Amino acid sequence: MSALIETIGIGKAYGDFVALQDVSLSIAEGELVSIVGPNGAGKTTFVNVITGLLKPTAGVVRFKGSDIAGIGPVMLAKRGMARAFQLVHIFPAMTVAETIAVAVLSQTGKSLRLFASVKSDEALRSRVREVAAIFGLEGKLEAESRLLSQGEKKLLDIASAFALAPEVILLDEPTSGVSSADKHSIMKTLIDAGERAGVKAIILVEHDMDLVAEYSSRIVALQGGKVLADRPPAEFFGDPEIVAAVVGKLVGKLARKD
Amino acid sequence: MIWLRERAVLVSAVILAVVVLAAIPRLAEPYYITLVLPAFAYGIALLGFNLLFGYTGLLSFGHALFVAIGAYGAAVLSSKLGVRSFELIVLIAGLAAVTAAIPVALLAVRYVRIFFGILTLAFGMLFHSFLFKFYDITGGDTGIRVLRPSLFGNDFKELDKIAFMIGPFYYYCLALLVVLGLVMWRIVHSPFGLHLAAIRENPRKAQYLGVRVRLFRFIAFLISAFYCAVGGAILAINTGQADPELAYWTHSGELVFMTVLGGFANFFGPLVGAFSFIFLKSELMGATQYWRFFLGVTLVLIVVLFPRGLIGLAQDLWSKARRR
Repeated sequence: MSALIETIGIGKAYGDFVALQDVSLSIAEGELVSIVGPNGAGKTTFVNVITGLLKPTAGVVRFKGSDIAGIGPVMLAKRGMARAFQLVHIFPAMTVAETIAVAVLSQTGKSLRLFASVKSDEALRSRVREVAAIFGLEGKLEAESRLLSQGEKKLLDIASAFALAPEVILLDEPTSGVSSADKHSIMKTLIDAGERAGVKAIILVEHDMDLVAEYSSRIVALQGGKVLADRPPAEFFGDPEIVAAVVGKLVGKLARKD
Repeated sequence: MIWLRERAVLVSAVILAVVVLAAIPRLAEPYYITLVLPAFAYGIALLGFNLLFGYTGLLSFGHALFVAIGAYGAAVLSSKLGVRSFELIVLIAGLAAVTAAIPVALLAVRYVRIFFGILTLAFGMLFHSFLFKFYDITGGDTGIRVLRPSLFGNDFKELDKIAFMIGPFYYYCLALLVVLGLVMWRIVHSPFGLHLAAIRENPRKAQYLGVRVRLFRFIAFLISAFYCAVGGAILAINTGQADPELAYWTHSGELVFMTVLGGFANFFGPLVGAFSFIFLKSELMGATQYWRFFLGVTLVLIVVLFPRGLIGLAQDLWSKARRR
């Protein structure tokens, strides 16, 4: 198993405040790694570091063997890592087809064609239909994004990230703002889409412990900027001390459900 | 199928508009014909301006700078360097504007909204004061005379100035508008154009889809400068003079005015805006000395009542009529 993403001794400090300290982990092909921890544990800083948005103040972050510290979102996309945010990011006045087309064009290196026609590019259109179909958006191709339902906007946001044909995708609370009845179906859609799109690893940032328990192959818990646990779900949830220490107040939520 | 029908309507409307414009020299008074020439000039300039404003979401308050470079380019080339070929003048003036746009754009595309607007405004004012201060090169406040160009090597000596303007030069500029319009149509419907729209809608999301936001803004800026300069060259030949007023910030404001008047969200909005503005201004100037006041009132009404401009108003009326 070769590591797709590898961090060695990552540290990130803002002045005197230490957000991350000596975080080392590796993510291999075929894994779905959940990153959990209470607010302020350093999750956001950590995912910003491994997606090349933030440069760590210490340590190394590698993607497919090369250093990606602070490379920025554009280079990240070019190298094969996509990211979808907790808050829905769409292009309000653009149609579903146009939104997905932006990602497909950028991924196939056709962005800078000034005089080519988007409409008559058959390869592009079929790829757009293919991606839309995975997310159940094929009937909405010509709909303006701003007119979609909240759930559809979320799916479109994620669909456009998948349209980059990434090797790794980072999903930041993909089910936030979605009714709990729909959460599992969305997660299944995402994992299925990942398999169909050839995604090699998924990083999931998630508060919902049901989802984390059910879909992760490994759980990395952060607290106070450090890795407190890095285990498969069975071991993770089998250790009440770790769950209590790491997940904090979320335990109450789980307990109430039982 | 609906799409095909819409396209047919659009193509017919464009062909009709070109036919009407081509017929104007035979039908209208020379005064009105000479008004159409600046409308062609502004139409071309605004096609470029709106690539940046309507499509990329960057509102420049300094694009008169590039119109002025086009005008002064035509002036310097024709009366100081003896270049009479209009093809060469358009090309060289356009490239000069692109060259001048490079440093401006490099700095300005790092910013958006008001900061972008203020920076472009500042560059425009810088150029305006340059035109005033460097009297020897620019002729100061009187500017430089622009000589009549040759078209495809033909200098039409047998025609007087008016006959040249409402004759060959008119058709030449109409053709230029059509050709540059088609090129711009291709650009906004290309992958590049789609990326510009994505940048306008959500630059952060665009970046995560691998779009190099600043590079695309930069290229759009250069294209807009080229179009503005071509418009400026036509304006200068029409008036026979390149003067600093062309670079003044109120002229940049007029570019914005025209685009908003016509509707910046539509490809044809700026063209409609250019023609409406020229004729509105001319009628108001003839009717009252308070024409600026009435122009201002018009803009306020447009922004409040028809934020999508005259094109938006026309679209609303059209869809209402069809529903009946």
